[in-house]
Amino acid sequence: MTTTTPPTTGSAANAASGARNYPGYGRPFWQRLLLRREAAIIGLLVVVIVVASATVPHFAAPITYNFLLLDMAPVLLISLPMTLIIITGEIDLSVASAMGLSSSVIGLLTQAHWPFPAAAGVALVVGAVGGAVNGLLVTRVGLPSLAVTIGTLALYRGVAQGLLGTTAVTSFPAFWTDLATSTIPGTLIPSVTIVIAVLAIVFGVLLHFTPFGRGIYAIGLSPDAAVFSGVKIQRTKFILFVLAGLVSALAGIFYTLRFGSARGDNATGLELSVVAAVLLGGVSIFGGRGALPGVLAGALVIGVLASALRLAGITSDVINVITGTLLVLSVILTSFLAWLQRTRLSAGRKRRVTNGPASS
Amino acid sequence: MFQTRHSVRLAGVATLAAAAMLLAGCAASGGSSSGDSGSKNYAITFLPKNLGNAYFDTSDAGGKKAIAEFKGTYAEVGPATAAPDAQVSYINTLTQKQVGAIVLSADDQKAPCSAINQAQKAGVKVVTFDSDTAVGCRDLFINQATADGIAKVEVDMISEQIGDSGEIAILSAAANATNQNAWIDIMKKELAADHPNIKLDDVVYGNDDDQTSFDKTAALLQTYPNLKGIISPTTVGIAAAARYISTSAYKGKVAVTGLGTPNQMKAYVKDGTVKEFALWNPGDLGYLAAYAAKALIDGTITGKEGDSFKAGTLGTFKVGADGTVLLGDPFKYNASNIDQFNF
Amino acid sequence: MNSLKRLTRARETGILLAFLLVVIATTVKNPSFVFSQDGFRDLLVTPMLVLLIAVGEAMVIITRNVDLSVGSVIGLTAYTAGTLFKYTDIPWLLVALIAIAGGAALGAVNGLLISIAKVPSLVITLGTLYAFRGINVLWTGSNRINSTDIPNDFQMIGTAQLLYIPVITIIAAVVLIAAAWYLRNTRGGREFYAIGSDPDAANLYGLKVGRRVLLAFIVSGALAGLAGVLYVARYGTVDSQAGSGFELQAVGAAVIGGVAIFGGIGSVWGAAIGAMLLLTINRALPVLGIQDFWQQAVVGALIIAAIVLDRILALRQARRLTVMEDSQA
Repeated sequence: MTTTTPPTTGSAANAASGARNYPGYGRPFWQRLLLRREAAIIGLLVVVIVVASATVPHFAAPITYNFLLLDMAPVLLISLPMTLIIITGEIDLSVASAMGLSSSVIGLLTQAHWPFPAAAGVALVVGAVGGAVNGLLVTRVGLPSLAVTIGTLALYRGVAQGLLGTTAVTSFPAFWTDLATSTIPGTLIPSVTIVIAVLAIVFGVLLHFTPFGRGIYAIGLSPDAAVFSGVKIQRTKFILFVLAGLVSALAGIFYTLRFGSARGDNATGLELSVVAAVLLGGVSIFGGRGALPGVLAGALVIGVLASALRLAGITSDVINVITGTLLVLSVILTSFLAWLQRTRLSAGRKRRVTNGPASS
Repeated sequence: MFQTRHSVRLAGVATLAAAAMLLAGCAASGGSSSGDSGSKNYAITFLPKNLGNAYFDTSDAGGKKAIAEFKGTYAEVGPATAAPDAQVSYINTLTQKQVGAIVLSADDQKAPCSAINQAQKAGVKVVTFDSDTAVGCRDLFINQATADGIAKVEVDMISEQIGDSGEIAILSAAANATNQNAWIDIMKKELAADHPNIKLDDVVYGNDDDQTSFDKTAALLQTYPNLKGIISPTTVGIAAAARYISTSAYKGKVAVTGLGTPNQMKAYVKDGTVKEFALWNPGDLGYLAAYAAKALIDGTITGKEGDSFKAGTLGTFKVGADGTVLLGDPFKYNASNIDQFNF
Repeated sequence: MNSLKRLTRARETGILLAFLLVVIATTVKNPSFVFSQDGFRDLLVTPMLVLLIAVGEAMVIITRNVDLSVGSVIGLTAYTAGTLFKYTDIPWLLVALIAIAGGAALGAVNGLLISIAKVPSLVITLGTLYAFRGINVLWTGSNRINSTDIPNDFQMIGTAQLLYIPVITIIAAVVLIAAAWYLRNTRGGREFYAIGSDPDAANLYGLKVGRRVLLAFIVSGALAGLAGVLYVARYGTVDSQAGSGFELQAVGAAVIGGVAIFGGIGSVWGAAIGAMLLLTINRALPVLGIQDFWQQAVVGALIIAAIVLDRILALRQARRLTVMEDSQA
């Protein structure tokens, strides 16, 4: 699944990896910006919001965005490290199980009368260890991450359910549960948005503005070339899996506090929403291509659609059809754009040749 | 070159337009839910644990009947699977739509509470039925039967069917199910106190999933070869257990009882797999919950102990301790009466 | 290498031993696990639905693809079959064929998107996992098919036996043998492995990669359709969530059975034994006194152990080969 690297469409990937794709630079900056996948998905987000505000009663109210951000917070958080992992050509399907595990650990320790910050600290450590196990199996043992994380998906969920059994722990300090659902004073924006924003900036800077981030793209585009240009592939991947475990545990803490209920089956199936958001946001499953703004917009598109449809009185999970269809459409569109660019490229080259060699 | 770039943009525009149309279409079909009969907002929405569950279909139909009687607007929404957090976004949405009341069977005791608080602040009344949340967080709980009453009727039935001695097991719903766990605790005490010859071997969990319950029944019968009876205090579980036993060598040897709906159990009562099982009438439960919601909207009751209200054809009910209204005693179904029921 | 040696070396043998170990250990603890009519039947019947889709999944994975939509295909085809039983008098054999054809059509949707649009299967089938299930939920709503809607003679298939062997098991065995024979002995079957080992080389060599991949997905869809029909026969009740989560069990079974997730390695035998092991462990744990809640953890540990073991064996093999080369040089 990883050998065929698709032609890339003049995105940040190429800019970071030495810009082989010169034709992408043949047009003015604003055009390049507009034709990128990220721009398309952000445009889609804007259109969906505008249409929903205009046609769905009650959608335009600010409280909609409060609920929406609270609902999507775990997906937004985990999609950050997931983006980096998928850009290296790997995947982590165990994130939702890591959330459940983190929730169980907090529940268990709260039951044992630990102070909440200490319990949360342990949950974060457990998350990081879980990520490290994935990382070690992928980098040291050399196993495919898809198989490894399908295994740990079952393993971490099983441990989470085994730890708590039939109990659901609900005795959390009101200070912390209130904090999870609180808003930034004077607005209706949930406080957790600050955490998301800070982490988004951290991951954004890490990915787009550091040598480490350029290494991530290099690994996804060509592992061999990455080795020769001095990228420590194994170390990079290991760090990313640990980060994914850590952020998943954080999302698990938020989830537990928001609902005030620690259960082993919390957040089951959330990994699919995360992967869908990342891919919808324009990240290539083959690795090497994608950017964080697109991913955040992808997650929000899913959230806005879900909330608009519920408000429109759709009784059950129609959102699944739409998420699925959008996902399929978005990848087909990518292939289609790439194909267009190829045909245009070869047409351009031909024309240049007929114009005479001197001009090139 | 110009042409190709043009079609790129066309493709983008087409996708956006498709998404927009999708939304607009759904919005059009949604319609408005704020019914205005007189000055009171009788828009009452039922939010079951999950859709596609025969039990809730019946209870919500009872609610619909009641709401039609007092000319309110009935609606039913809900998640496809009973995940702990699944109901929260539906409660939020209903709050935004400013319905008069939400009638909810809670998937989790605590998870919906902060959403319910927000709903109440916005003036929405919240009635729970079938499965309660924490006491402080809703206005009223319509209790189908007391936990003691349910546990007692199940223990009585199994002891009668197996001759008050032998090994039994319990096939429950989800491991976290509030109701079932409370009943099982009381059943254990009841067994220890009054039925010393009955031994409870195990409690297993079928997650209210037909297939899982079916497989768990198979596992139980193998794990405990001396098993004489299975109690399944959930409608999905008892039907699955009865179906497994009706085609196996255990038919007639292992008794199955618990809580079930007549339509699901008719075949097994008639073929002799099941002698007797119990349930309240879920239709009455939904009917009562709808009238309780109406009384709250009218302001004739507030949910405090001692309040009383009239529930259509069911008569008058009184609010008990902890804001609980009791429907009545569970009803026993057997070959002599099962044909009179259709739900 | 003689055939006995090859048999003991085969990856499938290890999994088979693990399976037998589980069965023996459980039977020692509780003889009725095997030595009772129902115990024997459940041992053979319970894993069959997952076994069928694991066979299809193995064929897809061998071509270096993956099909995550099988659970949703089971849901749609099972509800289709149930609806046909409920509202029409079509004979059950025809209903079964319609459901299988429907599954094949859904598989073809996956396969066409993947082989024509050249989009990775993980993404497409993740999308159709959502989309097919969503269509199912839209269609089914809060309806369900109850066992009273299903004709009795068809429901008998769920429990009927032929010479002590359950009919469902016989159906699964026929499918398994046919798939194994095709992959092992036909040109087309060998091409599956060639494509999975190196798609680019297969393409350069002139193999019709797209067509083979399409075929793999159609087979996977058709087997999920068959599993959907058998789901109706065995469980009698179908709601909008029937078959959800089966995709992970199918992939898990294939991986445990030694099918390499990056294609080109493994057999449908392995996947089938993997499915038997996975589902038998699920039933054995409570008998062995391990609480319900830990089952999934054991399954996860098993998957990890299987792939680590494969890796170690592969490394040892590689080392032995280099040693042989060195000694010859």
